[in-house]
Amino acid sequence: MDKFGFTISKGRQIDYGSNDKRIAEYIFEKEPSFRLCIECGGCAATCTSGNFTGFSLREINILIKRGENDKVRQSLKKCMLCGKCTLVCPRGVNTRNIVVLAKKAFLKSDEYAI
Amino acid sequence: MQFDPFVIPFNIGLYFILIYVITRSVIWFRDLSKPDKLRLQRGFFGIAFGMSLKEIFMESLIHRKILKTNLRLGYMHMSLAFGWFLLILFGTIEADIFGARHLNAPYKAIFFRFFNPEHGKTGFEAAYGFLMDLILAFILSGLLLAVLKRFYSKIVGMKKTTRLKLTDKIALTSLWLIFPSRLLAESFTSGAYGTGSFLTGTLGTWLATFLPARQMAYPFWWLYSLSLGTFFILLPITRYMHIPTELFLIFMRNSGIKTGDKAGTYSEVQTYSCSSCGICIDACQLNFSAGITNIQSAYLMKAIRNNDDVTDIAYNCLMCGRCDQKCPVGIELSPIRMIQRRGGEAENDIRNIYKGYFRSRQSVNPENEIIQANYNFLKEEEPGKTDIIYFAGCMTHLTPAIKKSMVKILDASGLKYNFIDEHGGVCCGRPLMLSGQDKEARELINFNSRMIWKSGAHTLVTSCPICYKVFKESYYLDVKVLHHTQFIKMLIDDGLVKMNFLHKKVVYHSPCDLGRGSGVYCEPKEVISHLARLEKSSFEDENSLCCGGSLANMKLSSSIKKKIALDAVNALTKNNPDILATACPLCKKTFSSVTEIKIADIAEIAAEALIAKPLKIYSSSHLTSIKELANI
Repeated sequence: MDKFGFTISKGRQIDYGSNDKRIAEYIFEKEPSFRLCIECGGCAATCTSGNFTGFSLREINILIKRGENDKVRQSLKKCMLCGKCTLVCPRGVNTRNIVVLAKKAFLKSDEYAI
Repeated sequence: MQFDPFVIPFNIGLYFILIYVITRSVIWFRDLSKPDKLRLQRGFFGIAFGMSLKEIFMESLIHRKILKTNLRLGYMHMSLAFGWFLLILFGTIEADIFGARHLNAPYKAIFFRFFNPEHGKTGFEAAYGFLMDLILAFILSGLLLAVLKRFYSKIVGMKKTTRLKLTDKIALTSLWLIFPSRLLAESFTSGAYGTGSFLTGTLGTWLATFLPARQMAYPFWWLYSLSLGTFFILLPITRYMHIPTELFLIFMRNSGIKTGDKAGTYSEVQTYSCSSCGICIDACQLNFSAGITNIQSAYLMKAIRNNDDVTDIAYNCLMCGRCDQKCPVGIELSPIRMIQRRGGEAENDIRNIYKGYFRSRQSVNPENEIIQANYNFLKEEEPGKTDIIYFAGCMTHLTPAIKKSMVKILDASGLKYNFIDEHGGVCCGRPLMLSGQDKEARELINFNSRMIWKSGAHTLVTSCPICYKVFKESYYLDVKVLHHTQFIKMLIDDGLVKMNFLHKKVVYHSPCDLGRGSGVYCEPKEVISHLARLEKSSFEDENSLCCGGSLANMKLSSSIKKKIALDAVNALTKNNPDILATACPLCKKTFSSVTEIKIADIAEIAAEALIAKPLKIYSSSHLTSIKELANI
């Protein structure tokens, strides 16, 4: 059927009730510097992988904190752990450890999933 | 027949440890890989055997390396090891010559004085007794140092001494009791019979003046035998296992066996050879800069031996390799730590006594294999054909000055090169390896290898020691891998570039992965001394410090990293140099965030000193054209 150029956009609200904060809490506990992030995007700007693809640690940070884990799971695999993000971070966030911990947290959450 | 019930504990201990060591060595030999078995067999019937014997004498008995680094600590170890060896050797000879018959059971030599109380009154016997007393005094002097060290470690020049577990403490106590109880037992016997030399004789005579020597001697002979027996039985589950194991280690090392990247016999033998002497603790920057004192190699070895979870210890390390260089036993500590990192988190074994004596080897956890990274997004490129590849590396892209300097030098050299990651390259793979993810690293290595192979280059120049190490060790490339300091040295030697002499004081900081990691010490220093005045620091070559920014450690917070960096800078810039030179972009980045002193890479200094070429080809062709014009 002709849509006359109109579409119905997807819902964009964030349902905090259904979001899974366990990953974020796991990282907060093991790497307290995760809280220091101001989402400046320095890490994403310098990223080696980000140079080739839309990988952004800043985005991952935000999504994990929100509890929207599904997108993170795939993009985490792109990290090369080269460590440039840690060096440019103005807040001294231990970014490499966050990536490693996030990977570990996903594994653990898979193990305990019903 | 000469026998007394008190020798039973000693006999049980001795035969237990003999049987145990034989069983253990059979298991170890069985678990060796086939090439390693061949190496060991060849080593056993070759030069390696002689070399090993010499090394066993020099290191296991005399403790030459510890003596070199720390005289008092060396004396302590030497007096206990060499002294005990002499005591056993001469004791056996004594029992053989003066005993009732030749070829006695071991206990007759150890408790010789008890079974022959009348021996040693005159002549040669007395002289021999003097020798035995001298050896005992030698051991006791070392023992005194050891006891003092336990309570006040500075006495032997150590800042820290290792913490012990309970079985270690019991074994230590029994070891400490062995020689004083022998002294007292022999003294009482000598006192009762009027024998003994300057030590046991004098002490015995004096004790006999107010004590019933004959009755007192017997309990001390029991104590002597009991402490020996306890020590032997506890030996396999304590750090004293290093006494028999180190012999195996020396034979295996001299036969050419290497640690490799999986846990195996050799890594296990090395783990057991660690005597927890604590020299690695003093060498560790995490100890003296950051005050972290539970992750050093001695503790790693101990945790592996106890089947503890070593994840935290294995990962909380800068991998600078300072302990590798200092280890007097020559254990390859960093490779063993890497094995533990690859293994991932191990399940804690149920611990019982049996496990302590025959530990099961850690198996690789499948966890690491589940989180598979995915680098499908990387697009294969077709690099142009060239002679030389310049691979700056991730870190160099964060310090553009180094990159620009290298381009300037490469341009000036007139060589045909290709800056392969000019617009951002792929990581070399070492950071992934350091976090134990070898499979993922292999993907990146394959990607980079293909690119280098396609370019047809014969030389690969990199600015980053981290990349340099992995290119050298883990890439199987048919190209010459050079760090840029080596490359600049080559250019200067070949006369391809001309440099000015800068009148500046420069101190060189040797990066871990370039110096200790890859053994490149001379070239950077030669380049600097060609360009400027190279000053000495107190941390040269093998003893150089880590900047603290190491990618190997993911556990440290940024404040601790800065503390380590600041301590290192302060130590290096004691003589107020104009420039603190380094050869690693990561070191440069870490240092410049904590200090005002100018930090420069050697490439930057070289680019500054570079004499621009007077454009010969260009001008000469220009001249000819004028001539041609004139001719017309």
